[in-house]
Amino acid sequence: MTMLSLSSSPHHHNRRDIGQVMRLVCYATIPGILANVWFFGFGILIQVVLAVITALVTEGVIMELRKKKTERVLKDYSAVLAALLLAISIPPLAPWWVIVIGTFFSIAVVKQLYGGLGYNMFNPAMAGYVMLLISFPMQMTSWLPPLSIAEQSHSLWDAIHTIFTGFTSTGFSVEQLKVGVDGTTMATPLDEVKTALLQGYTVTEAKSHIMFDGNYGKGWLWVAMAYLLGGLFLIKTKVINWHIPGSMLASAALLSLFLFLLDGDQYASPLFHLFNGSLIVGAFFIATDPVSASTTSKGRIIFGAAIGLWVIIIRNWGGYPDAIAFAVLIMNMAVPLIDYYTQPRTYGHKTKASKDS
Amino acid sequence: MFANYDKIIERISLNQLWDFPGGVHPPQQKTLSNQASIEHLQVEKTYYVPVKQHIGLEGKLLVSEGDKVLKGQTLTTSEAPFSVPVHAPTSGTVTKIANHVSAHPSGIPELTVIIDADGQDTWIELDPVPDYAKASKSELIERICDAGISGMGGAGFPTHIKTNNSKPLEFLIINGIECEPYISSDDRLMREHAWQIRQGIDILVHILQPKQVIVAVEDNKPEALETMSIACQQKINYQVVSVPTKYPAGGEKQLIQVLTSREVPANGLPIDVACIMYNVATCYAIADAIVEGKPLIERVVTLTGQGFKSPKNVWARLGTPIQSLLIYGDYDESQQSSPRFIMGGPMMGFTMTSVLTPIVKISNCILVPADDELPNPEDERACIRCSACSDVCPASLLPQQLFWYSKAKELEKAEEYNLFDCIECGACAYVCPSEIPLVHYYRQAKADIRNQKEEKEKSDKAKIRFEARKARLLKEKEHREEKHRLAAEARKASLSTDGGGAKDKIAAALARAKAKKEAFAKQASNAPHMTDSAESEKTKAVSVSEISTEVAVSQTAQGASPAKDGPEDDTAANKETTEL
Repeated sequence: MTMLSLSSSPHHHNRRDIGQVMRLVCYATIPGILANVWFFGFGILIQVVLAVITALVTEGVIMELRKKKTERVLKDYSAVLAALLLAISIPPLAPWWVIVIGTFFSIAVVKQLYGGLGYNMFNPAMAGYVMLLISFPMQMTSWLPPLSIAEQSHSLWDAIHTIFTGFTSTGFSVEQLKVGVDGTTMATPLDEVKTALLQGYTVTEAKSHIMFDGNYGKGWLWVAMAYLLGGLFLIKTKVINWHIPGSMLASAALLSLFLFLLDGDQYASPLFHLFNGSLIVGAFFIATDPVSASTTSKGRIIFGAAIGLWVIIIRNWGGYPDAIAFAVLIMNMAVPLIDYYTQPRTYGHKTKASKDS
Repeated sequence: MFANYDKIIERISLNQLWDFPGGVHPPQQKTLSNQASIEHLQVEKTYYVPVKQHIGLEGKLLVSEGDKVLKGQTLTTSEAPFSVPVHAPTSGTVTKIANHVSAHPSGIPELTVIIDADGQDTWIELDPVPDYAKASKSELIERICDAGISGMGGAGFPTHIKTNNSKPLEFLIINGIECEPYISSDDRLMREHAWQIRQGIDILVHILQPKQVIVAVEDNKPEALETMSIACQQKINYQVVSVPTKYPAGGEKQLIQVLTSREVPANGLPIDVACIMYNVATCYAIADAIVEGKPLIERVVTLTGQGFKSPKNVWARLGTPIQSLLIYGDYDESQQSSPRFIMGGPMMGFTMTSVLTPIVKISNCILVPADDELPNPEDERACIRCSACSDVCPASLLPQQLFWYSKAKELEKAEEYNLFDCIECGACAYVCPSEIPLVHYYRQAKADIRNQKEEKEKSDKAKIRFEARKARLLKEKEHREEKHRLAAEARKASLSTDGGGAKDKIAAALARAKAKKEAFAKQASNAPHMTDSAESEKTKAVSVSEISTEVAVSQTAQGASPAKDGPEDDTAANKETTEL
């Protein structure tokens, strides 16, 4: 008798594997990256390339050491995505070794030392980012002004040159590139407002700076909008759920609205918080990392909302102008607890699972 | 918490149904097989009829090897309440009664009656009920049982047990959902035999007296919806409902939730929420059994998948080996690199271990997929906790948690997370981006837990037996010791009584000796006073009286001593016993 081939049900699969999911997230960052190139130059592209190469090499070597199927693991694109997210989070002209060290740390320590894909407790990109921010504060805060108001423009070749040597091909340093047309050194909109507030100015006074276009930093609004577009694409294609980005943006908006109504001179408006800095990227691309986020529907809402609150709290009262990484890492630690207390009620049961024995 | 009867009736009449959480929308693929009428097959040469084709116990064999049987003849009796008989699918000879590969994922051999057809296909004498409306409930239920009917939607639960209901019933739900992709046997049956299905429903209504009948058909079967509506239009309390297509809407619990918003309680039955559900094919079989007097010997089977050149639906006799169906559907070997035949649908069906696997009462489909149609999954990757699985779980479980616990063999935790509420619909594994065979893990964990429970039960019983024996032995020992103690005491008591007497005797002897001695001493001391005779006489008299008193005392002591000394002796005896 011929041997029949056996398999376990279901025999059907929707044929969307991890690689495809991760690739979709990568594709969704394209509008944001393009907008970033348009407003801030080519630096971000170089960072992405460096990060992806470092991630693939690091993951590949570790897979060889762990005697796993290297090619199959690399094809899940999780390392590529983590690298990509780290690359878009750091200043575009940061020196090459910053992104290399950061990516290596993200992949080797945060991800693989914890057991590899699926086992890491912390978001690899954000843990890498925080490590870099604490270790290399100068390089990690050297943000460029949008090209439209920068005194010096820089080409693709300048970007490469600066990242690898610290100077453009014509000899300008990053510090010089940071100078705006008004002759002052530029910072990010969030940083600018934070510094102004510390010096006793009001929010409105701070926003009279040349880098602002009304409520938003020049360029920053459009970059945030482009990431929002990518994020909505992810929700549309069901790669992510609305729970985390929705609750995160809502809670950040509500808390900042409350503070704004309390004292509009000291606290910026909700729209200012939503579209300056990396709240949008954080909500759609970073907090939604499945491995380190909450897994229940209710839990995801709590997880997202808490990140939103932390972001606004740290932005207003903390030492750093932006706070996505810290907020995400703090809530990563709370995930097991959130998951335990937000189990859904199983069909036919009166109470939640694991409590009705 | 749940909607009441009137609310449900109102919503159903407006076609505003509820929803169940989760669910998936796999490609339907129904048109492959549902285009043509159900075909009848020629009589096979050999049939393999397993004696157990349902959930419960097998009946007792009524035939033996070499017996001639007629089509529809009963092969096993239904003795226990949970057993359902099986019948000969055609007339012929019982050539063998032996173990044969079963219609089960394991293919584990089961007792099977093998019948060689004589080609005559001669029916036994049929015994229909002329007017079921005049028949008693119990007679109809008995006939349903005798006709060998068990749930034909997949579970194979004995129909007569479900029908023998005494609890209040609101909704009799007829399940024509057929939510599994590819399968179209119920679809074709409803299109072609709506009237007979309606007859079956009428019989059930007569027996069960529900307040309302709901015939539920998924909205991807417009033709079946129409035929069923026409068949049921004269009955005011029959409502045909179009249910949105979503897998697994045809699951019993899910369909009840969609139609009534009610949830069957965990470890409960649909009747606990005043519902009972039958599959349309079961209704058809009931009508056959009562109106025609025919037992259940054939069913509609869908032959589908790109591995068949001519996919279709056929009336297949129970016991037909699937190799005949492969020939009938024109199996195209070139589509498969290694042969793979699925009994059931792509979501819950199982791969068969042999082409001699027989069609049984629950076999609704033979699916033969081409290599690239339903490819075997690649190696599973790590779970990335994306919870796509919990988003689609119709039971609102946390499949990724169940997976962790099942894989780590933390069975208690898995149970705590309600593993046993998993209906194994496969929606979680269908969407899993890591292609983890989740259902497979759950089945294994369930089996492990069941084994553990059995083991525990066994060991508990052994423990109870052991404890009982230990207690018995201890009691016996105590009993024995008590007896010994009493005997010893009795012995001591008797010994001390004797001992007391002996001491007294010695004391008495001593007293006598003393008295004698004194008397002698007095006599000796009297001698020097002989001169004063009067005085000495006086003294003598006194001393004599003294002596006599003494003697008297000694005599009294001797006589009274046993009683007087008793207690003292007892204490001594007691002391002795304690020391012993």
